[in-house]
Amino acid sequence: MVISSGDTAWLLASTALVMLMTPGVGFFYGGLVRRKNLVSMITLSFVAFALVSLQWVLFGYSLVFGHDIGGLIGGLDFLGLSGVGQSPAVIVGTELTVPSLAYMIFQLVFATVTLAIVTSVFAERVKLSSFIIFGLLWTTLVYDPLAHWVWGGGWLANLGSLIGLTGGALDFAGGTVVHISAGFSALAIALVIRKRMGFGTDMMEPSNIPLALLGAALLWFGWFGFNAGSAIAANGLAANAFVVTNTAAAAAALAWMLLSWWNGRPASLGFASGAIAGLVAITPAAGYVDPLAAIIIGIVAGAVCYYAMIYRIKKGLDESCDCWSVHGMGGVVGALLTGVFATTAVNNYSGLLAGNVDQFIIQVIAVLVSVSYAFIVTFVLAKVLDSTIGMTVKEEEEYVGLDISQHGERAYP
Amino acid sequence: MKMVQAIIRPEKMEAVKKALEEKGFIAMTIIEVRGRGEQKGITLEFRGKKVDVDTIPKMKLEIVVKDEDVEIIIDTIRASARTGKVGDGKIFVLPVERMCKVRIDD
Repeated sequence: MVISSGDTAWLLASTALVMLMTPGVGFFYGGLVRRKNLVSMITLSFVAFALVSLQWVLFGYSLVFGHDIGGLIGGLDFLGLSGVGQSPAVIVGTELTVPSLAYMIFQLVFATVTLAIVTSVFAERVKLSSFIIFGLLWTTLVYDPLAHWVWGGGWLANLGSLIGLTGGALDFAGGTVVHISAGFSALAIALVIRKRMGFGTDMMEPSNIPLALLGAALLWFGWFGFNAGSAIAANGLAANAFVVTNTAAAAAALAWMLLSWWNGRPASLGFASGAIAGLVAITPAAGYVDPLAAIIIGIVAGAVCYYAMIYRIKKGLDESCDCWSVHGMGGVVGALLTGVFATTAVNNYSGLLAGNVDQFIIQVIAVLVSVSYAFIVTFVLAKVLDSTIGMTVKEEEEYVGLDISQHGERAYP
Repeated sequence: MKMVQAIIRPEKMEAVKKALEEKGFIAMTIIEVRGRGEQKGITLEFRGKKVDVDTIPKMKLEIVVKDEDVEIIIDTIRASARTGKVGDGKIFVLPVERMCKVRIDD
């Protein structure tokens, strides 16, 4: 294979698109929290970006895409990006048409946005120093192994052969690796750290709804790079991913808005949350399903995530930017429906509708594995950190707000 | 007639409004204010660096009632806005000489 300038150009452009998703998450969450925590919420995403950027370059990339060790983790061949240069990338034995460095930086922005998504559960009470330690450990212990299992030649990619079925787990752009892992990690953390003071009794008004909508817009925009870039080529498959991404987002946004209308008022935040739920659900499916299937995936994701949010509120879980209900549950919907709607008309894989039961069973197992792994490891990690260094700030610091107590700044004079 | 002015925590505003409504007091004026009480705001010790939070955002609620309703208003606000921590707020009662509507000549 030789380097294709078209593929490389699209991959680098996609990387820039996905980079914008990380501050996009910050703006979205920032608009949802109270004004005294707006700066803190946006900063958490920026910090996640810088932190994971360095971890990835130093050893994260190697743990995911280094030579496979027992299907579990990558080797240390690419430590400090040694051997990752301008020649074509070779990923799991396949030579690509893009430079190794381009593939590496594209994967880097996936790892950064995943940690940014998890910040939902830390809203308005996390100690910044603890978040930095948590983030470094989480991306190393949870994200990197999962990414290796699915994309780096690990055991989930070869699941079929391990259990006597045909095929492996399909995850085009990160339904399991990014969204299920972020969502169920957030759920685990919510069960460990304390709730915000006055949660469930005090008024907690969103600081800036237009800012949250701007964040959602940046996410939608960046997601074209996330999904269409995952073709790692400027070709028909990238175009398919682009189209189904937009279609699912539109269907889910309207589905969520209609449900919230039926139960009260059609809130703009409902529309935005729905759009994100649709984007999440189409992520694993983007390279395997057609636009009409994307509409169904979007509607199902909008409805499932909406009711997951209602369930979270009923249960009194302080996971108030809804990383679990939107990303976690949306990821589950997407991974399962990939196993239903995958069609050979788009790519070389088929799902349940085409009579391929094996693929659906593999998707179910992949979901169970990623849910359990992310939940259990994160639960233990959060417990250890919370009982040693403490994950949350003192009550008076929380009362004043994290902007002033953690950063010495405030959003509005 | 008296004016009851209450300075309370912003997050308690909804609870106070609801409690007053249940007692039949609907009309009120609400103002966002910043201020400090006896504790001169809050000083946070963060990483050895002192951060002075000089004034804290509060809500001020003004409500004009008959003399005999003052006590019930005070009790209702106390019950719904109290956390027991420093910074719960203050209630002032002022005499009101006259009240007239803009809409009609009374």
